[in-house]
Amino acid sequence: MTTKIRELLAKHGALPVSVETLADTTDLYEAGLSSFASVQLMLALEDAFDVEFPETLLNRKSFASIAAIRDALASLTEEAVA
Amino acid sequence: MQTSLLDRLFDAGLLIDTGVDGLYGRSGAFEDVIQRFEGLISAFGSSSPSEVIRFPPGMNRSHFEGSGYMKSFPQLAGTVHSFCGCELDHVNLLQCMAEGNDWTKDQKATDIVLTPAACYPLYPTIAKRGPLPAGGGLFDLQSYCFRHEPSKDPARMQLFRMREYVRMGTPEEVMAFRQQWMERGQELIAAVELPVEIDVANDPFFGRAGKMLANNQRDQALKFELLIPVTSTAKKTACLSFNYHQDHFGKTWGLTTADGAVAHTACVGFGLERIALALFAHHGLDTADWPSTVRKALWG
Repeated sequence: MTTKIRELLAKHGALPVSVETLADTTDLYEAGLSSFASVQLMLALEDAFDVEFPETLLNRKSFASIAAIRDALASLTEEAVA
Repeated sequence: MQTSLLDRLFDAGLLIDTGVDGLYGRSGAFEDVIQRFEGLISAFGSSSPSEVIRFPPGMNRSHFEGSGYMKSFPQLAGTVHSFCGCELDHVNLLQCMAEGNDWTKDQKATDIVLTPAACYPLYPTIAKRGPLPAGGGLFDLQSYCFRHEPSKDPARMQLFRMREYVRMGTPEEVMAFRQQWMERGQELIAAVELPVEIDVANDPFFGRAGKMLANNQRDQALKFELLIPVTSTAKKTACLSFNYHQDHFGKTWGLTTADGAVAHTACVGFGLERIALALFAHHGLDTADWPSTVRKALWG
């Protein structure tokens, strides 16, 4: 999952730095992720993982780091399994 | 049955019905209130020298496209279209109209888009001048603005005037400006004896992606609104807004400070019709009956 997240982040994040330089816990907004890019990333993640983020997850916190995105996605796919 | 504020405004002749919700004529008395309130805004703003610029209510379409407005508010935008055909097309157009069919489908987009907010034409204009001078810039704007949101709520017009002060400079400069106007705005509204409440807010971004943008805007406290009850005490009307755009417009238009950094921007916007409506709703439909203190604040 993390590899796919990194791939989508590289494609849609419009970051001024290479995604390889980011740790899973690096603050993506500090790294230059804009509001608009985070929306593009959100839509790409939904498409790739076939999920829909509920309104409660449509906030800065859910996309603040690769780990945060992984947690948000995990919570959705777990719900889907349950 | 209780008569709505809109009906009372029509009956008093303050607003004039055109047959389209949100598109109204204004009486001399209504305009006088707007003019006087604008005078009060200028008086409060006069301690900081600003450059006055007045744009018409239409803006350069390429500037509109570059602004990213369609990413956020496609549902509110209004474009200007015109007939650009030949004589034969004209004959067909008239026939189409005579038959009561949709004659607008062949209208072509012009280079003009209706201004969605008074400050939109400003950013590319100032960027074209080159880097901002040391200390940044402060601009005084007013324009009719268009937003496609037909409503019976008189506080939600489709064509309305927005007065703005826009600050460009370093993050510290623009944040200090916004803070100063949040204080001044409350003093200003208190001077005309209207109830004041300030709250964090978000713009009406479109769709699910917009929900996320709205949440981001709130999380970062980028927008505050000064709310006044106009048509409802439960759902108050935003009459002033205090916005910090961070480096959004700076990056979009290549606006830079004197030392070459991307400029940050902030603005305070006054919904002039909304303020006039708040005054009429609170103090009565005849300005002669308004409290003498309010009359003195506005007419001197």
